[in-house]
Amino acid sequence: MSNINRTDLIKQGAIWAFIAVELAFFSIAGKFLSVTDATFMDPENMLLLLKQSAPIGIIALGMTIVMINGNIDLSVGAIFAMSAVILLDSMGWAWMQSLGVWSIPISWGLALLTGVVLGAINGLIVWKTGVDAFIVTLGSMLGYRGLVFMYNGEQPTSHLNWTLVDFAEARFLGLHTATWFLLVVALILWLVMTRTVHGRNAYAIGNNREAAVNAGIRVGPHFLWNFMLIGFLSALSAVVFYSESGSVNPNDGMLYELWAITAVVLGGTKLTGGYGSIISTLGGVIAIQLLRKGLGHIGSDTETVNLVIGLILIAVLFLDRQLNRKGKEELRV
Amino acid sequence: MTDQSPILRLENIVKAFPGVRALDGVSLDLRPGEVHALMGENGAGKSTLMKVLGGLHQPNEGKIYIGEKQVVMDRPQTAKQNGVVFIHQELSLADELSVAENIFLGELPRKSLGRVDWEKLYTDTDAILDRLNVGFNARTRVGDLSIANQQMVEIARALTVDPRAVIFDEPTASLTDSEKVVLFDVIADLQSRGVGVIYISHRMEEIFKITDRISVLRDGSYRGTLNTAETNEEDVTQLMIGRKLDLSRNKVQHEMGDVALEVRNLSCGKLFHDVSFTVRKGEVVGFYGLVGAGRTEIAETIFGLREPSAGKILLDGQEVTINSPQDAIARGISLVPEDRKGQGLVLGMNCRDNMTLPQIGELTSGPFTSDKAEVAIFDKYHDALDIRTPGWRQTVGNLSGGNQQKIVIGKWLSMHPKVLIVDEPTRGIDVGSKSEIHNLIRDLAAQGYAVIVVSSEMPEVLHVSDRIVAMFSGRVMREFTTEEVTENNLVQAISGLSEDRVA
Amino acid sequence: MAEISKAGLSGFLARQGIIVAFAVFMIVFAIANPRFIDIDNISGVIRSSAILGVMALGVTFVVIGGNLDLSVGSMMSFSTIVVLDLHDKIGPALAIPAMFGMTLCLGAFIGFLVGYLKLNSLIVTLGMLSAIHGLTLTYSGGQNMDIADKRGTWFNVFGQGDIIGIPIPILMFALLAAGLGVVLSRTAFGRKVYAVGGNGTAAVFSGIPRARIVFLTYLMSSFCVAMAGLMQASRSLGSQNTVGQGLELEVLAAVILGGASLLGGSGTIFKTVIGVLILGFIQNGLLLMGLAFYAQYVVTWVIIILAVWLDIAAKRGRLLSPIA
Repeated sequence: MSNINRTDLIKQGAIWAFIAVELAFFSIAGKFLSVTDATFMDPENMLLLLKQSAPIGIIALGMTIVMINGNIDLSVGAIFAMSAVILLDSMGWAWMQSLGVWSIPISWGLALLTGVVLGAINGLIVWKTGVDAFIVTLGSMLGYRGLVFMYNGEQPTSHLNWTLVDFAEARFLGLHTATWFLLVVALILWLVMTRTVHGRNAYAIGNNREAAVNAGIRVGPHFLWNFMLIGFLSALSAVVFYSESGSVNPNDGMLYELWAITAVVLGGTKLTGGYGSIISTLGGVIAIQLLRKGLGHIGSDTETVNLVIGLILIAVLFLDRQLNRKGKEELRV
Repeated sequence: MTDQSPILRLENIVKAFPGVRALDGVSLDLRPGEVHALMGENGAGKSTLMKVLGGLHQPNEGKIYIGEKQVVMDRPQTAKQNGVVFIHQELSLADELSVAENIFLGELPRKSLGRVDWEKLYTDTDAILDRLNVGFNARTRVGDLSIANQQMVEIARALTVDPRAVIFDEPTASLTDSEKVVLFDVIADLQSRGVGVIYISHRMEEIFKITDRISVLRDGSYRGTLNTAETNEEDVTQLMIGRKLDLSRNKVQHEMGDVALEVRNLSCGKLFHDVSFTVRKGEVVGFYGLVGAGRTEIAETIFGLREPSAGKILLDGQEVTINSPQDAIARGISLVPEDRKGQGLVLGMNCRDNMTLPQIGELTSGPFTSDKAEVAIFDKYHDALDIRTPGWRQTVGNLSGGNQQKIVIGKWLSMHPKVLIVDEPTRGIDVGSKSEIHNLIRDLAAQGYAVIVVSSEMPEVLHVSDRIVAMFSGRVMREFTTEEVTENNLVQAISGLSEDRVA
Repeated sequence: MAEISKAGLSGFLARQGIIVAFAVFMIVFAIANPRFIDIDNISGVIRSSAILGVMALGVTFVVIGGNLDLSVGSMMSFSTIVVLDLHDKIGPALAIPAMFGMTLCLGAFIGFLVGYLKLNSLIVTLGMLSAIHGLTLTYSGGQNMDIADKRGTWFNVFGQGDIIGIPIPILMFALLAAGLGVVLSRTAFGRKVYAVGGNGTAAVFSGIPRARIVFLTYLMSSFCVAMAGLMQASRSLGSQNTVGQGLELEVLAAVILGGASLLGGSGTIFKTVIGVLILGFIQNGLLLMGLAFYAQYVVTWVIIILAVWLDIAAKRGRLLSPIA
């Protein structure tokens, strides 16, 4: 970024401060309340946390770009499930099995292609019909989930490939495969958003769509690209996760859109578009996962996490508004 | 004017939308080094014509020539590539991006892999900013700039190509006088370089000050081009509206009653300080000042939309506390707001429902709203204000600006207020409706209403007011009676030059 | 003249297209399979749509007021679980008002956040979706909730009973729809909801207390949710914690299908009812045609997009979006 002024620093620092508070809280509270003897800040525990952040995290990174654009994608959970079904099912096809190890890249490719195609359908509809992305993806969230169920009924789709499992469980420089995927995606998207014309145009479009149109930026194709990107990332998230688990239920990925959006909003991206940062979203993702693990660590019901995250999301919104108030002179509307 | 061959020529442009012929064979030519005014009432087709020229609309018929070459403006870039650039009325900037990114919006310099060439971007931007002599740099966030500086960014954007023609669409709408001077300097500079300028504005003084020729549109068709030096305001107006307009300052005087509203030492944070004035029944008090002088904020405070930090408001001699518009309405204060579409009307609602909105809670029989009572109110003000609409079911968004404004006025008259505040009564309204609304305001005063008119247009203030309060930077500089006021001392007062400040 | 009648026709389709589509849809399905318009079938469809329908009525108020409510699904789970739990503890006669009270408190909380604190409704209700889900799980300890003595209670009337042959869920849906329809179209409150959703600033400038109106729309929504929870609990007399999960989006789909704009200021109760029925009959019609149950999701998707698309296409006068 070329211009970082003070308010930007506060905004982008807030999520990391929040993470620090969480770490401190759970470490101290854990000493008194923890059900196990393990310390919370244990490096192994933290590495696991990063790995567990990956599935939602990779989607949330894509969601950041879509939301900076001023759009939203509610269908990511369904795309995630559909890609997973294609991934695992395709590995069981007879001709694929005859390929041996080569079936892996092909099934990966098919799964990723599925994500891109489903994303492209969303993008094309948004572009060509002019219907709001919220409605378009609300619809396709239902529709794509329908496709998942039609594919295999209510049965889980399973295929365990040990080569894949080994790959997914491998560690490089201490980090799990999934963590590497998360970090590499974050790095690439960060470069895209801060250094490339496409990224800067994404901000411009979200900031002032009419101005972007007037300046000759082709907004429609731009949207299409970003929906394809988030479709791709949803599929990538599925590929990373299901390579290891090997079995997908047709209901998997439900509510992922809500988790991803929560992470993006916690990271400070504006709902109206035009402002946001990839790195802060990464912070949002980690903060949520930390909360999940931390609450478990201090022996609180795992279900409480929903309650806490919901209230924190609202609190963040409230604080943000208080910070942006102009004081008593403001118009009472 | 030297008679050179035109740099830009529009020939017989026709543009039809479903149900409307927005442009009906319009022709226009622009010579190098001239400032060419394009005038017409709202809806006359100016914007459509410029959108055709800018490649945002495709004409159904007609040709566009740049120099001798015919050009098809199929997309916004085509216009720019041909040296035709636009400075839009509504700022089209991305607040969160830097000045440089905004100036080169849509054409950021690229390196390999789609990367932005920041170095080139900043060098190019600085070169342009130097030419404009502005006090900000390429890396400043646009959201941090003042409106006038944002306008300069828009102008800088036009200079990224070596333009042959620059189109200014209502550029002075939100500028202060000193900022206007800077703008006119830029225009003069363009002119001296042989660039042609199309200047769209409603403001006659500006038109006569800086333009060489004036072309007029009415109802989508071309009505003629005049040499500015050989014409006057009346002729242009006649061409625009098809008839003569009475702009005389003579108004019928009438009896005034007691003081209806008194404001004592009212302040609201940094917006305005220590403001005192009175309005009598049957009197029109005009508030005149520059944009940002605090006039609208005073009106909003009296109407309960802002919390005063000090001071009193008295109605009929009684001190009142007003914490919300509901309070204000209950005490007989009405506000016709500045932003008609944003604050005055629910555009998707029909005429009647808009008009009865403030009192819908009272227009009931039993628990239900009374159709009869509502229609009765609509009919009354429909007739009284001569609102032209096919019927009350018409959606307000489909009416013309003038009729929309009358709906808002009707809405507040139907509340039978003691004090009626009208903020920018004729902004964005065509000339014909303007004078109707001026007459209406005078009539209301004659009927005994206490009226406050807030306006940025001097002729309007002079025309309708019995007394004028001049404001500058949140303070009342001076009060004028009709006898005292001259254009000169009024301008001095609102520029902060007046010595004899009346507290 | 031809142009006028054409404009009139497209205007009519824009306004009433959903009703025309509904009629065409019913006729086609009726021809394809006469059982479709069998009275028992129709009654069955309406009955199974009633819970969704009751929730959609409340959300219609919220959406017309210019906001969203994504919390209704998890709120419905909450009220179902609570009323089932209290049924055995304090008896149905007290359990029902207690559950209504608690659900209305949730609605009031959301209304306070969105109305008085002016927070973004999408995020607030998204947060509340999660928070209320957590609340329900904490309340139930994650267990399913069942009424101990399923035969010895009159509590099942709201979900299973009937009056002169009309199932009570249908009756409740119909009465509530009629009542709320009148509130929306014939009262000052209804008009204010339209004004606040159509242009909130203009509403405030007209002396309408926007915060209070928004607050009340959420209160109405939570009332409808409590009603739906009651019907759900009474129908099954036992429930999972997640009984309402995902319903928020189906509800929203019904409201949008009915033609309410997410920007606020437009929509009617009648059209929402049509939207609910379309969703119900699609599901039923596809089943009768022998299609997989889940095909309805895909069809619903296509129908929602088409409905909204044609609506805005009629308004802008061209089919495809002008954005390049």
